[in-house]
Amino acid sequence: MTRKRKRLAIAVCGLAALAAATAMVLTAFRDNLVFFYSPSELAARPAIAAGRIRIGGLVENRSLAHEDGRRVSFRVTDGATDIAVSYDGILPDLFREGQGVVAEGRIKDGVFVASSVLAKHDEKYMPPEVAAALKKSGHWQEGGDAGALAGPPPAHFR
Amino acid sequence: MFAYLANPARFMRVSGRAWRFVAASGIAALAIGLYLALAVAPPDYQQGESVRIMFVHVPSAILAEGVYYLIALASFVALVWRHPLADVAAQAAAPIGAAFTLVCLATGSLWGKPMWGAWWVWDARLTSVLVLFFLYLGYIALVNAFEDPARGARAGAVLALVGVIDLPIIKFSVNWWNTLHQPASILRMGGPTIDRSMLVPLLVMTLAFVLLFAALLLLRMRATLNERKARALRLAAPPRRADPVSTGAAPVLR
Amino acid sequence: MTLAAWAAMGGYAAYVWPAYGIAAALLGGIALQSWLRCRRSERELDRIQRTTGRQ
Repeated sequence: MTRKRKRLAIAVCGLAALAAATAMVLTAFRDNLVFFYSPSELAARPAIAAGRIRIGGLVENRSLAHEDGRRVSFRVTDGATDIAVSYDGILPDLFREGQGVVAEGRIKDGVFVASSVLAKHDEKYMPPEVAAALKKSGHWQEGGDAGALAGPPPAHFR
Repeated sequence: MFAYLANPARFMRVSGRAWRFVAASGIAALAIGLYLALAVAPPDYQQGESVRIMFVHVPSAILAEGVYYLIALASFVALVWRHPLADVAAQAAAPIGAAFTLVCLATGSLWGKPMWGAWWVWDARLTSVLVLFFLYLGYIALVNAFEDPARGARAGAVLALVGVIDLPIIKFSVNWWNTLHQPASILRMGGPTIDRSMLVPLLVMTLAFVLLFAALLLLRMRATLNERKARALRLAAPPRRADPVSTGAAPVLR
Repeated sequence: MTLAAWAAMGGYAAYVWPAYGIAAALLGGIALQSWLRCRRSERELDRIQRTTGRQ
Protein backbone atom coordinates (compact mmCIF):
# COMPACT_ATOMS: atom_id res chain seq x y z
CA MET A 1 0.00 0.00 0.00
CA THR A 2 2.77 2.44 0.86
CA ARG A 3 4.43 1.89 -2.52
CA LYS A 4 1.16 2.55 -4.31
CA ARG A 5 0.72 5.71 -2.22
CA LYS A 6 4.23 6.79 -3.10
CA ARG A 7 3.64 6.28 -6.82
CA LEU A 8 0.37 8.18 -6.57
CA ALA A 9 2.11 11.07 -4.79
CA ILE A 10 4.88 11.21 -7.40
CA ALA A 11 2.39 11.15 -10.26
CA VAL A 12 0.17 13.85 -8.73
CA CYS A 13 3.14 16.10 -7.87
CA GLY A 14 4.59 15.65 -11.35
CA LEU A 15 1.31 16.57 -13.01
CA ALA A 16 0.85 19.60 -10.72
CA ALA A 17 4.36 20.86 -11.53
CA LEU A 18 3.72 20.34 -15.23
CA ALA A 19 0.41 22.21 -15.08
CA ALA A 20 2.02 25.11 -13.21
CA ALA A 21 4.91 25.32 -15.69
CA THR A 22 2.51 25.28 -18.64
CA ALA A 23 0.29 27.94 -17.10
CA MET A 24 3.33 30.19 -16.65
CA VAL A 25 4.56 29.64 -20.21
CA LEU A 26 1.10 30.29 -21.64
CA THR A 27 0.74 33.50 -19.62
CA ALA A 28 4.12 34.66 -20.87
CA PHE A 29 3.25 33.87 -24.48
CA ARG A 30 -0.27 35.17 -24.28
CA ASP A 31 0.37 38.28 -26.37
CA ASN A 32 2.75 36.65 -28.81
CA LEU A 33 0.47 33.84 -29.92
CA VAL A 34 -2.07 36.07 -31.64
CA PHE A 35 -2.90 35.17 -35.20
CA PHE A 36 -3.90 38.74 -36.05
CA TYR A 37 -4.12 42.26 -34.61
CA SER A 38 -7.25 44.36 -34.46
CA PRO A 39 -7.27 47.87 -35.99
CA SER A 40 -7.38 49.33 -32.45
CA GLU A 41 -4.27 47.40 -31.39
CA LEU A 42 -2.58 48.63 -34.55
CA ALA A 43 -3.48 52.23 -33.78
CA ALA A 44 -2.36 51.94 -30.14
CA ARG A 45 0.96 50.24 -30.92
CA PRO A 46 2.31 51.58 -34.22
CA ALA A 47 5.51 49.58 -33.72
CA ILE A 48 3.78 46.33 -34.71
CA ALA A 49 2.84 47.83 -38.07
CA ALA A 50 6.46 47.96 -39.25
CA GLY A 51 6.71 44.66 -41.14
CA ARG A 52 4.39 42.02 -42.54
CA ILE A 53 1.44 41.57 -40.22
CA ARG A 54 -2.06 40.15 -40.13
CA ILE A 55 -5.02 42.28 -39.21
CA GLY A 56 -8.45 40.99 -38.28
CA GLY A 57 -11.90 42.46 -37.81
CA LEU A 58 -15.21 42.84 -39.57
CA VAL A 59 -15.61 44.04 -43.14
CA GLU A 60 -17.40 47.34 -42.66
CA ASN A 61 -20.88 47.43 -44.20
CA ARG A 62 -21.11 49.22 -47.56
CA SER A 63 -17.32 49.65 -47.70
CA LEU A 64 -16.56 47.00 -50.35
CA ALA A 65 -15.68 48.52 -53.72
CA HIS A 66 -14.53 46.69 -56.86
CA GLU A 67 -11.81 48.53 -58.69
CA ASP A 68 -10.14 47.75 -61.97
CA GLY A 69 -9.58 44.03 -62.58
CA ARG A 70 -9.79 41.82 -59.50
CA ARG A 71 -8.65 44.60 -57.16
CA VAL A 72 -11.05 45.29 -54.32
CA SER A 73 -10.94 47.75 -51.46
CA PHE A 74 -12.81 47.61 -48.19
CA ARG A 75 -12.49 48.77 -44.61
CA VAL A 76 -11.81 46.48 -41.64
CA THR A 77 -13.28 47.60 -38.34
CA ASP A 78 -13.38 46.37 -34.76
CA GLY A 79 -16.15 48.77 -33.79
CA ALA A 80 -13.79 51.43 -32.45
CA THR A 81 -11.13 51.87 -35.13
CA ASP A 82 -11.04 50.96 -38.79
CA ILE A 83 -8.43 50.69 -41.51
CA ALA A 84 -8.60 50.76 -45.31
CA VAL A 85 -7.55 47.55 -47.06
CA SER A 86 -6.62 47.04 -50.70
CA TYR A 87 -6.40 43.53 -52.18
CA ASP A 88 -5.76 42.02 -55.59
CA GLY A 89 -6.79 38.36 -55.62
CA ILE A 90 -9.54 35.82 -55.19
CA LEU A 91 -11.76 36.33 -52.17
CA PRO A 92 -12.84 33.26 -50.14
CA ASP A 93 -16.47 32.15 -50.28
CA LEU A 94 -17.26 33.37 -46.77
CA PHE A 95 -16.01 36.88 -47.52
CA ARG A 96 -18.92 39.25 -46.98
CA GLU A 97 -19.62 42.71 -45.64
CA GLY A 98 -20.37 42.48 -41.94
CA GLN A 99 -18.38 39.24 -41.61
CA GLY A 100 -15.03 38.54 -39.99
CA VAL A 101 -11.89 38.72 -42.09
CA VAL A 102 -8.14 38.28 -41.57
CA ALA A 103 -5.82 40.01 -44.04
CA GLU A 104 -2.07 39.57 -44.33
CA GLY A 105 0.15 42.26 -45.78
CA ARG A 106 1.82 45.53 -44.89
CA ILE A 107 0.82 49.16 -44.46
CA LYS A 108 1.68 51.56 -47.30
CA ASP A 109 0.68 55.22 -46.97
CA GLY A 110 -2.01 54.48 -44.41
CA VAL A 111 -3.60 51.74 -46.55
CA PHE A 112 -3.21 48.07 -45.64
CA VAL A 113 -2.10 46.36 -48.86
CA ALA A 114 -3.10 42.72 -48.43
CA SER A 115 -1.32 39.83 -50.12
CA SER A 116 -3.87 37.33 -48.83
CA VAL A 117 -7.37 37.62 -47.41
CA LEU A 118 -8.90 34.89 -45.25
CA ALA A 119 -12.52 34.86 -44.17
CA LYS A 120 -13.21 34.18 -40.50
CA HIS A 121 -16.27 32.10 -39.76
CA ASP A 122 -18.34 32.77 -36.66
CA GLU A 123 -19.75 30.03 -34.46
CA LYS A 124 -23.29 30.23 -35.88
CA TYR A 125 -24.77 27.38 -37.89
CA MET A 126 -28.33 27.59 -39.20
CA PRO A 127 -30.38 26.99 -42.33
CA PRO A 128 -31.12 30.01 -44.56
CA GLU A 129 -34.82 30.00 -43.55
CA VAL A 130 -33.92 30.37 -39.88
CA ALA A 131 -31.55 33.24 -40.68
CA ALA A 132 -34.28 34.93 -42.72
CA ALA A 133 -36.84 34.43 -39.95
CA LEU A 134 -34.46 35.87 -37.35
CA LYS A 135 -33.85 38.93 -39.53
CA LYS A 136 -37.58 39.36 -40.09
CA SER A 137 -38.48 39.10 -36.40
CA GLY A 138 -35.79 41.60 -35.41
CA HIS A 139 -33.79 39.09 -33.33
CA TRP A 140 -30.85 39.39 -35.70
CA GLN A 141 -27.73 41.14 -34.46
CA GLU A 142 -26.13 42.61 -37.55
CA GLY A 143 -22.40 42.79 -37.76
CA GLY A 144 -21.76 39.06 -37.90
CA ASP A 145 -19.89 39.29 -34.62
CA ALA A 146 -21.32 36.19 -32.99
CA GLY A 147 -24.49 35.58 -31.11
CA ALA A 148 -27.42 35.87 -33.48
CA LEU A 149 -28.92 33.15 -31.33
CA ALA A 150 -27.28 34.18 -28.06
CA GLY A 151 -24.25 35.71 -26.46
CA PRO A 152 -22.05 38.80 -26.67
CA PRO A 153 -19.56 39.38 -29.49
CA PRO A 154 -16.18 37.72 -28.99
CA ALA A 155 -13.63 39.83 -27.15
CA HIS A 156 -11.21 40.11 -30.06
CA PHE A 157 -13.71 41.95 -32.23
CA ARG A 158 -14.70 44.50 -29.59
CA MET B 1 -17.14 -2.25 -13.30
CA PHE B 2 -13.44 -1.57 -13.81
CA ALA B 3 -12.58 -3.68 -10.79
CA TYR B 4 -14.79 -6.46 -12.09
CA LEU B 5 -13.14 -6.40 -15.51
CA ALA B 6 -9.65 -6.12 -14.03
CA ASN B 7 -9.18 -9.82 -14.55
CA PRO B 8 -8.01 -10.35 -18.16
CA ALA B 9 -9.75 -13.75 -18.42
CA ARG B 10 -13.05 -12.22 -17.35
CA PHE B 11 -12.45 -9.30 -19.71
CA MET B 12 -11.99 -11.73 -22.61
CA ARG B 13 -15.24 -13.50 -21.78
CA VAL B 14 -17.31 -10.30 -21.50
CA SER B 15 -15.69 -8.42 -24.41
CA GLY B 16 -16.08 -11.39 -26.76
CA ARG B 17 -19.82 -10.94 -26.63
CA ALA B 18 -19.83 -7.15 -26.10
CA TRP B 19 -17.79 -6.02 -29.10
CA ARG B 20 -20.21 -7.39 -31.71
CA PHE B 21 -23.13 -5.66 -30.04
CA VAL B 22 -21.25 -2.36 -29.74
CA ALA B 23 -20.04 -2.57 -33.35
CA ALA B 24 -23.55 -3.36 -34.64
CA SER B 25 -25.08 -0.38 -32.79
CA GLY B 26 -22.22 1.80 -34.04
CA ILE B 27 -22.85 0.82 -37.67
CA ALA B 28 -26.57 1.43 -37.22
CA ALA B 29 -25.92 4.87 -35.71
CA LEU B 30 -23.47 5.63 -38.52
CA ALA B 31 -26.06 4.74 -41.18
CA ILE B 32 -28.65 7.02 -39.56
CA GLY B 33 -26.04 9.73 -38.97
CA LEU B 34 -24.82 9.71 -42.59
CA TYR B 35 -28.39 9.85 -43.88
CA LEU B 36 -29.16 12.84 -41.62
CA ALA B 37 -25.86 14.56 -42.42
CA LEU B 38 -25.90 14.13 -46.19
CA ALA B 39 -29.60 14.16 -47.04
CA VAL B 40 -31.73 15.62 -44.23
CA ALA B 41 -29.66 18.46 -42.71
CA PRO B 42 -30.21 21.83 -44.42
CA PRO B 43 -27.40 23.83 -46.02
CA ASP B 44 -25.97 26.62 -43.86
CA TYR B 45 -27.03 30.21 -44.55
CA GLN B 46 -23.36 31.22 -44.98
CA GLN B 47 -21.45 28.07 -45.86
CA GLY B 48 -24.00 26.41 -48.12
CA GLU B 49 -23.56 22.67 -48.61
CA SER B 50 -19.93 22.75 -47.43
CA VAL B 51 -21.32 22.71 -43.87
CA ARG B 52 -21.77 18.92 -44.31
CA ILE B 53 -18.03 18.51 -43.82
CA MET B 54 -18.63 19.59 -40.21
CA PHE B 55 -20.63 16.40 -39.53
CA VAL B 56 -17.41 14.40 -39.91
CA HIS B 57 -14.96 17.05 -38.75
CA VAL B 58 -16.48 17.84 -35.35
CA PRO B 59 -17.10 14.23 -34.20
CA SER B 60 -13.52 13.31 -35.20
CA ALA B 61 -12.25 16.31 -33.23
CA ILE B 62 -14.30 15.25 -30.18
CA LEU B 63 -12.98 11.69 -30.45
CA ALA B 64 -9.40 12.87 -31.09
CA GLU B 65 -9.46 14.69 -27.76
CA GLY B 66 -11.63 12.18 -25.89
CA VAL B 67 -9.44 9.21 -26.83
CA TYR B 68 -6.37 11.07 -25.62
CA TYR B 69 -8.09 11.79 -22.29
CA LEU B 70 -8.80 8.07 -22.03
CA ILE B 71 -5.16 7.20 -22.78
CA ALA B 72 -3.98 9.69 -20.15
CA LEU B 73 -6.42 8.29 -17.58
CA ALA B 74 -5.43 4.70 -18.35
CA SER B 75 -1.75 5.68 -18.16
CA PHE B 76 -2.29 7.25 -14.76
CA VAL B 77 -4.02 4.10 -13.51
CA ALA B 78 -1.24 1.97 -15.02
CA LEU B 79 1.53 4.02 -13.40
CA VAL B 80 -0.02 4.23 -9.95
CA TRP B 81 -2.04 1.04 -9.49
CA ARG B 82 -0.36 -1.24 -12.06
CA HIS B 83 -3.77 -2.30 -13.31
CA PRO B 84 -3.17 -5.23 -15.70
CA LEU B 85 -5.50 -3.91 -18.40
CA ALA B 86 -4.71 -0.19 -18.21
CA ASP B 87 -1.59 -0.32 -20.40
CA VAL B 88 -3.36 -2.64 -22.83
CA ALA B 89 -6.24 -0.17 -23.14
CA ALA B 90 -3.97 2.85 -23.59
CA GLN B 91 -1.89 1.18 -26.29
CA ALA B 92 -4.95 -0.18 -28.08
CA ALA B 93 -6.60 3.26 -28.11
CA ALA B 94 -3.62 5.22 -29.49
CA PRO B 95 -3.76 4.25 -33.21
CA ILE B 96 -7.53 4.80 -33.26
CA GLY B 97 -7.08 8.25 -31.70
CA ALA B 98 -4.36 9.08 -34.21
CA ALA B 99 -6.71 8.11 -37.06
CA PHE B 100 -9.48 10.36 -35.69
CA THR B 101 -6.99 13.24 -35.36
CA LEU B 102 -5.86 12.80 -38.96
CA VAL B 103 -9.50 12.74 -40.13
CA CYS B 104 -10.11 15.93 -38.14
CA LEU B 105 -7.10 17.68 -39.71
CA ALA B 106 -7.87 16.51 -43.27
CA THR B 107 -11.57 17.36 -43.22
CA GLY B 108 -10.84 20.73 -41.57
CA SER B 109 -8.40 21.48 -44.36
CA LEU B 110 -10.98 20.55 -47.01
CA TRP B 111 -13.45 22.93 -45.36
CA GLY B 112 -10.89 25.68 -44.82
CA LYS B 113 -9.86 25.98 -48.47
CA PRO B 114 -13.21 27.13 -49.88
CA MET B 115 -14.46 28.90 -46.72
CA TRP B 116 -11.41 30.61 -45.23
CA GLY B 117 -9.38 30.71 -48.41
CA ALA B 118 -6.52 28.56 -47.08
CA TRP B 119 -5.85 24.83 -46.63
CA TRP B 120 -3.90 25.52 -43.48
CA VAL B 121 -3.01 28.43 -41.19
CA TRP B 122 -0.69 28.37 -38.21
CA ASP B 123 -3.22 29.65 -35.70
CA ALA B 124 -3.33 28.40 -32.12
CA ARG B 125 -6.22 25.96 -32.65
CA LEU B 126 -4.86 24.22 -35.76
CA THR B 127 -1.34 24.11 -34.37
CA SER B 128 -2.41 22.60 -31.05
CA VAL B 129 -4.38 19.87 -32.86
CA LEU B 130 -1.34 19.12 -35.01
CA VAL B 131 0.65 18.83 -31.77
CA LEU B 132 -1.97 16.31 -30.58
CA PHE B 133 -1.40 14.23 -33.72
CA PHE B 134 2.36 14.21 -33.08
CA LEU B 135 1.70 13.27 -29.44
CA TYR B 136 -0.18 10.20 -30.65
CA LEU B 137 2.64 9.28 -33.07
CA GLY B 138 5.27 9.90 -30.39
CA TYR B 139 3.38 7.75 -27.90
CA ILE B 140 3.05 4.85 -30.37
CA ALA B 141 6.73 5.10 -31.34
CA LEU B 142 7.94 5.34 -27.73
CA VAL B 143 5.92 2.35 -26.54
CA ASN B 144 7.44 0.19 -29.27
CA ALA B 145 10.99 1.54 -28.91
CA PHE B 146 11.95 -0.68 -25.97
CA GLU B 147 13.05 -4.32 -25.95
CA ASP B 148 11.16 -4.81 -22.70
CA PRO B 149 7.41 -4.15 -23.23
CA ALA B 150 6.96 -3.18 -19.56
CA ARG B 151 9.53 -0.40 -19.85
CA GLY B 152 8.01 0.78 -23.13
CA ALA B 153 4.59 0.91 -21.50
CA ARG B 154 5.92 2.96 -18.58
CA ALA B 155 7.75 5.46 -20.82
CA GLY B 156 4.65 5.80 -22.99
CA ALA B 157 2.46 6.36 -19.93
CA VAL B 158 4.69 9.23 -18.77
CA LEU B 159 4.58 10.83 -22.25
CA ALA B 160 0.79 10.44 -22.37
CA LEU B 161 0.45 12.23 -19.02
CA VAL B 162 2.82 15.05 -20.03
CA GLY B 163 0.93 15.49 -23.30
CA VAL B 164 -2.43 15.89 -21.58
CA ILE B 165 -1.72 19.63 -21.15
CA ASP B 166 -2.30 20.03 -24.90
CA LEU B 167 -6.00 19.20 -24.46
CA PRO B 168 -7.10 22.31 -22.49
CA ILE B 169 -4.92 24.35 -24.85
CA ILE B 170 -6.89 22.96 -27.83
CA LYS B 171 -10.21 23.62 -26.12
CA PHE B 172 -9.51 27.17 -24.98
CA SER B 173 -7.14 28.30 -27.77
CA VAL B 174 -10.07 29.89 -29.61
CA ASN B 175 -10.95 31.94 -26.52
CA TRP B 176 -7.48 32.86 -25.28
CA TRP B 177 -5.94 34.00 -28.55
CA ASN B 178 -7.05 35.57 -31.80
CA THR B 179 -7.42 32.54 -34.01
CA LEU B 180 -8.80 32.09 -37.51
CA HIS B 181 -10.74 29.07 -36.24
CA GLN B 182 -14.17 29.96 -34.94
CA PRO B 183 -15.01 29.68 -31.22
CA ALA B 184 -17.00 26.79 -29.74
CA SER B 185 -20.57 26.29 -30.98
CA ILE B 186 -21.82 23.50 -28.72
CA LEU B 187 -20.12 23.58 -25.32
CA ARG B 188 -20.25 27.30 -24.62
CA MET B 189 -21.72 29.77 -22.16
CA GLY B 190 -25.25 30.70 -23.18
CA GLY B 191 -26.02 27.47 -25.02
CA PRO B 192 -25.23 26.16 -28.50
CA THR B 193 -25.20 28.54 -31.48
CA ILE B 194 -25.99 25.75 -33.86
CA ASP B 195 -29.50 25.22 -35.12
CA ARG B 196 -31.30 22.05 -33.99
CA SER B 197 -31.62 20.83 -37.59
CA MET B 198 -27.80 20.61 -37.69
CA LEU B 199 -27.17 19.78 -34.03
CA VAL B 200 -29.15 16.51 -34.17
CA PRO B 201 -27.18 15.00 -37.12
CA LEU B 202 -23.97 16.14 -35.44
CA LEU B 203 -24.87 14.37 -32.18
CA VAL B 204 -25.92 11.17 -33.98
CA MET B 205 -22.61 11.12 -35.89
CA THR B 206 -20.74 11.71 -32.61
CA LEU B 207 -22.58 8.80 -30.98
CA ALA B 208 -21.73 6.59 -33.97
CA PHE B 209 -18.04 7.52 -33.72
CA VAL B 210 -18.00 6.83 -29.97
CA LEU B 211 -19.59 3.39 -30.46
CA LEU B 212 -17.25 2.50 -33.32
CA PHE B 213 -14.28 3.59 -31.23
CA ALA B 214 -15.46 1.42 -28.34
CA ALA B 215 -15.83 -1.62 -30.62
CA LEU B 216 -12.36 -1.12 -32.14
CA LEU B 217 -10.86 -0.58 -28.67
CA LEU B 218 -12.30 -3.91 -27.50
CA LEU B 219 -11.06 -5.66 -30.65
CA ARG B 220 -7.52 -4.31 -30.30
CA MET B 221 -7.40 -5.11 -26.58
CA ARG B 222 -8.55 -8.65 -27.29
CA ALA B 223 -5.87 -9.00 -29.97
CA THR B 224 -3.15 -7.84 -27.56
CA LEU B 225 -4.29 -10.18 -24.79
CA ASN B 226 -4.45 -13.13 -27.24
CA GLU B 227 -0.95 -12.34 -28.49
CA ARG B 228 0.41 -12.12 -24.94
CA LYS B 229 -1.15 -15.40 -23.95
CA ALA B 230 0.17 -17.09 -27.09
CA ARG B 231 3.67 -15.80 -26.35
CA ALA B 232 3.49 -16.98 -22.74
CA LEU B 233 2.33 -20.45 -23.81
CA ARG B 234 5.07 -20.69 -26.42
CA LEU B 235 7.71 -19.81 -23.83
CA ALA B 236 6.27 -22.11 -21.15
CA ALA B 237 5.93 -25.23 -23.29
CA PRO B 238 7.78 -26.14 -26.48
CA PRO B 239 5.59 -27.72 -29.17
CA ARG B 240 4.90 -31.42 -28.60
CA ARG B 241 5.81 -32.46 -32.10
CA ALA B 242 9.34 -31.41 -32.86
CA ASP B 243 9.22 -29.28 -35.95
CA PRO B 244 12.75 -28.92 -37.34
CA VAL B 245 11.81 -26.04 -39.63
CA SER B 246 10.24 -23.68 -37.12
CA THR B 247 12.61 -24.51 -34.24
CA GLY B 248 15.61 -25.09 -36.45
CA ALA B 249 17.74 -22.25 -35.08
CA ALA B 250 17.40 -23.31 -31.46
CA PRO B 251 19.89 -25.93 -30.20
CA VAL B 252 18.23 -29.13 -29.06
CA LEU B 253 18.60 -29.32 -25.28
CA ARG B 254 16.42 -32.33 -24.63
CA MET C 1 -33.98 17.29 -55.92
CA THR C 2 -32.21 15.16 -58.49
CA LEU C 3 -29.39 12.82 -57.63
CA ALA C 4 -27.00 14.87 -59.76
CA ALA C 5 -27.89 18.07 -57.91
CA TRP C 6 -27.36 16.34 -54.59
CA ALA C 7 -23.99 14.94 -55.71
CA ALA C 8 -22.91 18.41 -56.84
CA MET C 9 -23.24 19.62 -53.22
CA GLY C 10 -24.04 23.16 -54.30
CA GLY C 11 -20.66 23.50 -55.99
CA TYR C 12 -18.71 22.10 -53.03
CA ALA C 13 -18.55 18.51 -54.29
CA ALA C 14 -14.77 18.80 -54.72
CA TYR C 15 -14.46 19.40 -50.96
CA VAL C 16 -17.39 17.53 -49.38
CA TRP C 17 -16.86 14.14 -51.06
CA PRO C 18 -13.09 13.98 -50.49
CA ALA C 19 -13.74 14.82 -46.82
CA TYR C 20 -16.14 11.88 -46.47
CA GLY C 21 -13.83 9.72 -48.59
CA ILE C 22 -10.77 10.38 -46.44
CA ALA C 23 -12.77 9.73 -43.28
CA ALA C 24 -14.12 6.45 -44.70
CA ALA C 25 -10.68 5.34 -45.87
CA LEU C 26 -8.87 6.13 -42.60
CA LEU C 27 -11.54 4.90 -40.19
CA GLY C 28 -12.44 1.92 -42.38
CA GLY C 29 -8.76 1.10 -42.68
CA ILE C 30 -8.12 1.06 -38.95
CA ALA C 31 -11.34 -0.93 -38.39
CA LEU C 32 -10.31 -3.58 -40.92
CA GLN C 33 -6.78 -3.75 -39.52
CA SER C 34 -8.09 -4.12 -35.95
CA TRP C 35 -10.51 -6.87 -36.95
CA LEU C 36 -7.94 -8.82 -38.99
CA ARG C 37 -5.37 -8.55 -36.20
CA CYS C 38 -7.87 -9.81 -33.63
CA ARG C 39 -8.91 -12.73 -35.83
CA ARG C 40 -5.30 -13.69 -36.56
CA SER C 41 -4.45 -13.57 -32.84
CA GLU C 42 -7.39 -15.84 -32.05
CA ARG C 43 -6.31 -18.41 -34.64
CA GLU C 44 -2.70 -18.29 -33.54
CA LEU C 45 -3.69 -18.79 -29.89
CA ASP C 46 -5.98 -21.66 -30.88
CA ARG C 47 -3.19 -23.35 -32.80
CA ILE C 48 -0.75 -23.03 -29.89
CA GLN C 49 -3.28 -24.30 -27.38
CA ARG C 50 -3.88 -27.34 -29.58
CA THR C 51 -0.18 -28.09 -30.17
CA THR C 52 0.91 -27.55 -26.56
CA GLY C 53 -2.21 -29.09 -25.07
CA ARG C 54 -2.47 -26.23 -22.58
CA GLN C 55 -5.21 -23.70 -21.95
